[in-house]
Amino acid sequence: MSAVGVETRAHVDEPVDTETAEHRREYRTLMAKFWFAAIVSVPVLLVAYPELPWLYVPYLFGDVSEGTVRLLWALSGLVTLPVLFYSGRQFFTGAWGAFKHHMADMNTLIALGTSAAWLYSTVATLVPSIFPEGTAVPFYDVTAVVTALVVLGQAIEVRARGQTSQAIRKLIGLQAKTARVLRDGREVDVSVDEVEVDDIVVVRPGEKIPVDGVIVEGQSAVDESMITGESLPVDKAVGDEVVGATMNTTGSFKFRATKVGKDTTLAQIVKMVQDAMGTKPPIARLADVISSYFVPSVMIIALAAFAIWFTFGPSPALAYAVVVAVTVLIIACPCAVGMAVPLSMVAGVGKGAEHGILIRHGEALQTSAALTTVVLDKTGTITKGKPELTDAVPAPGFDVPTLLHLAASADRPSEHPLAQAIVSGAAAQGADPSDPSSFNAIPGHGVEAVVDGRRVLLGNRKLMGREGIDTASVDEVVQRLQGEGKTAMYAAVDGRMAGVVAVADTVKEDSVEAIQVMKEMGLEVVMLTGDNERTARAIAAQVGVDRVLAEVLPEDKAMEVHKLKAGGKKVGMVGDGINDAPALVEADVGFAIGTGTDVAIEAADVTLMSGSLKGVAYAIEISRATMRNAKQSLAGAFLYNTAGIPIAAGVLFPFFGVLLSPLLAGAAMAASSVTVVSNANRLRFFKARSFREPAPAGHLGGASA
Amino acid sequence: MSTTQIVVDILTALAIGLVAWYFWFSRREGVEAAAANGVQEIQIKVKGGYDPDIITVKRGMPVRLLFHRMESSVCSEMVIFDKLNRSTRLPEGETVAVEFTPEQPGEIPFQCQMGMLRGKVVVR
Repeated sequence: MSAVGVETRAHVDEPVDTETAEHRREYRTLMAKFWFAAIVSVPVLLVAYPELPWLYVPYLFGDVSEGTVRLLWALSGLVTLPVLFYSGRQFFTGAWGAFKHHMADMNTLIALGTSAAWLYSTVATLVPSIFPEGTAVPFYDVTAVVTALVVLGQAIEVRARGQTSQAIRKLIGLQAKTARVLRDGREVDVSVDEVEVDDIVVVRPGEKIPVDGVIVEGQSAVDESMITGESLPVDKAVGDEVVGATMNTTGSFKFRATKVGKDTTLAQIVKMVQDAMGTKPPIARLADVISSYFVPSVMIIALAAFAIWFTFGPSPALAYAVVVAVTVLIIACPCAVGMAVPLSMVAGVGKGAEHGILIRHGEALQTSAALTTVVLDKTGTITKGKPELTDAVPAPGFDVPTLLHLAASADRPSEHPLAQAIVSGAAAQGADPSDPSSFNAIPGHGVEAVVDGRRVLLGNRKLMGREGIDTASVDEVVQRLQGEGKTAMYAAVDGRMAGVVAVADTVKEDSVEAIQVMKEMGLEVVMLTGDNERTARAIAAQVGVDRVLAEVLPEDKAMEVHKLKAGGKKVGMVGDGINDAPALVEADVGFAIGTGTDVAIEAADVTLMSGSLKGVAYAIEISRATMRNAKQSLAGAFLYNTAGIPIAAGVLFPFFGVLLSPLLAGAAMAASSVTVVSNANRLRFFKARSFREPAPAGHLGGASA
Repeated sequence: MSTTQIVVDILTALAIGLVAWYFWFSRREGVEAAAANGVQEIQIKVKGGYDPDIITVKRGMPVRLLFHRMESSVCSEMVIFDKLNRSTRLPEGETVAVEFTPEQPGEIPFQCQMGMLRGKVVVR
């Protein structure tokens, strides 16, 4: 036994190509085995069927004496032996490995089938006298052709499997290869594996950020689309976090590495996606139970079929009995049953990851597909979660630029978020606020300031009342704005009403579209908020939400979700991982909306790296598509096996005289597992209505084949 | 029915019984993971199956399973612990550790992606 502390490799920071290289090698090996078996099959087939003159080569030479035929059979037996032990080696080693553990798998069936065919043929060739008249006919062609077909099927499967997990490779491929770090005051290029925590990393324009860290010098905008799916570059300055694998745009900066190696956001995502791919949705449990009883059952059916054909079958009974038993063993395809759901999972979870959607386990995927109701938190989920300047309405005698200039200047020294919203909103509209010569914040009222020598008051109705300013000229406007759920503020200059500015938490650009898509998908969309009824209704009307639950205290959110569930709904709750945690847990599926870097990966069943609600629609769409795909494969595999095995056993023979050839059984078996893999692969081309536009260049989705 | 037929049918019935007994009803013994320095550790060979495939451990002490895959067959390239919500890739010829601390007595099954290869950790 090895000592504790054995060196093991974490699978997340492996070189990108290990898996691909391994698959490629396996593919080449299998293809070599296939070609060998295929080439041997040709002469074996040509001497196997005297009843088919056009295929039977000895007729060409006119010599079909008993001696010649037996010689050719013996030669067939010899040349198929290396097929068994070279091309079919893995079936025997696999079967033996399983047998030692009292288990049986696909290898067991193929190994038994091909070797039984070979043994029977060899005994029939060497000592025909022990068999009843007419049954001493070999069928070496079964050994060779079935081995060739099944190996070919495995090769195709290996190749296709590599493609289902392409998403993971793309994710790992995002990692930068090198980093420029400061060592002893000099910039040196090192491999990304050698970057250590607290290293100062230098990033130039257009370069990929190698690891996670915090900016200590310089500024830039960073394209984080590869991680979040968000297409607009994000401004970064000193103190801001940067994430490894994202792309710097035009600025340059230095940052201190905080997470390296397997701790980086990218590595965590890769690990999480990999883990999720391995988990199974509940429908797979049944398939698992079935596949654990499957192979021994098939062996029992083969034995029973043998006995029945031997006892009741037509002459030559022994030959029929052996052929039927071998066919049963070969046609059964436990792999198709076992693979159906896992392969769809890998493809579906991977597809989600390409769009910044992390589905954490199979159960979340299955439940997401069955959702009837989506509950959206308002602030930060539907809306941006921070106030923005929305309106500036001047009173008679004033114009918008003057109003904005005065309001923004008066608010400039204030720390209040509403004031900040006015300052940045005015600046965005071209105003150039100046510093007030005096400034005074009046709690609960607003501010007073002297701007360009004029006395400016900015605040609520109480402030205007206290200063005795007539608000009649703008009262109507204020009422309208409040009806729209906005916060309106009066501005007065030198004792005269100058106008109204309004701020509000605005709706995210794509919330309307996302909610529209959810409704098109047949989902009921509910908004949950602690805000007052009027504001809530205003926002709901803007985005088209069906139902509003307003004035819900944070601690009661989970209760509301519970009530919906009690009403028979399957509820998905969407919120920011931290504040809404209890409601996310209470829901059938919790969707945590992250804002790029600070993703609460542990918080929810589904994590959306970007803040866009479209991710929710996409997550549900991909879940539905994946479950549909998995069910198709599963149903196909069940149908194939439940119909194929009795047909192979000869149930159709008494009625129609139909008996399946073992060669056809081998081809069908290979085709059935290839079908399952190909079906899962179709998911790679899944197009969602929630992402109609092409993904931006450099984004994972943009690179998908 | 001829004597040969009767003999063959009896032999077949016996074979069926043998298959059912061997794969379904015969009891299998687990292998105990060795404890050293506060970790219960065991090496598991992956080749056509998991060897050993039944591992007994004590609860409350960290368990380290060292999987060593000795074959190129794609079937066994992942080992999945559904109960732990964890899956790990097993590159050929490398040793990969799966660590966890079982708190409850019971069984923690593990398997390949298709469920063809199976094993379990029995927590006492």
